[in-house]
Amino acid sequence: MGLDLILRIAGVGILVSVLCTILKQQGKEEYSLLVATAGIVVVFIMLLDHIEELLSSVRTVFRLW
Amino acid sequence: MQILQVIGLAILGAVLLAFLRQTRSDLAVVLSAALGIVIFLMVVSNLAYFVEVMSDLAAKAGVNRLYLDTVLRVIGVAYLASFGGQVCRDAGEGALATKVELAGKVLILAMSVPLMFALLDLVLRILPS
Repeated sequence: MGLDLILRIAGVGILVSVLCTILKQQGKEEYSLLVATAGIVVVFIMLLDHIEELLSSVRTVFRLW
Repeated sequence: MQILQVIGLAILGAVLLAFLRQTRSDLAVVLSAALGIVIFLMVVSNLAYFVEVMSDLAAKAGVNRLYLDTVLRVIGVAYLASFGGQVCRDAGEGALATKVELAGKVLILAMSVPLMFALLDLVLRILPS
């Protein structure tokens, strides 16, 4: 069910790590930092709606508030 | 069977995490949190079914709704606090994890106060005054 989220995050992670190593070889350190932060932001935005889904399901199941 | 999906996802996630931790450990934290969320979302429907059955039984048995609601809320807060604590500990933030668990414990204590009063009332009523 949530396999696409896992694979998407792993894909972004692998892409970012490969890009960072390539950019470091080219000597462009600042770009690799940019790519790293962009990767983090993209992954976290992907995660947000799942976090919301988790919290709302816990809320309804356990009648939290 | 759902357990096969969960195990397959967990093994796949563990392998991806092992790879991600070498190069980009920050993304590994997000991936492990995502794995926890996805696996919980897989089993939450069974959990909801179980909670429905328990509340129906409690209603039939005439148990006061306050007791079951408080117990359910305590379980929910305990699960969320331990989930948050584990994610923080997985990211290497042990101190943050203990803070999150402390907050969970305090909230559970605050929630159990009406239950304690109900118990005390019951005891006082039983004692021959």
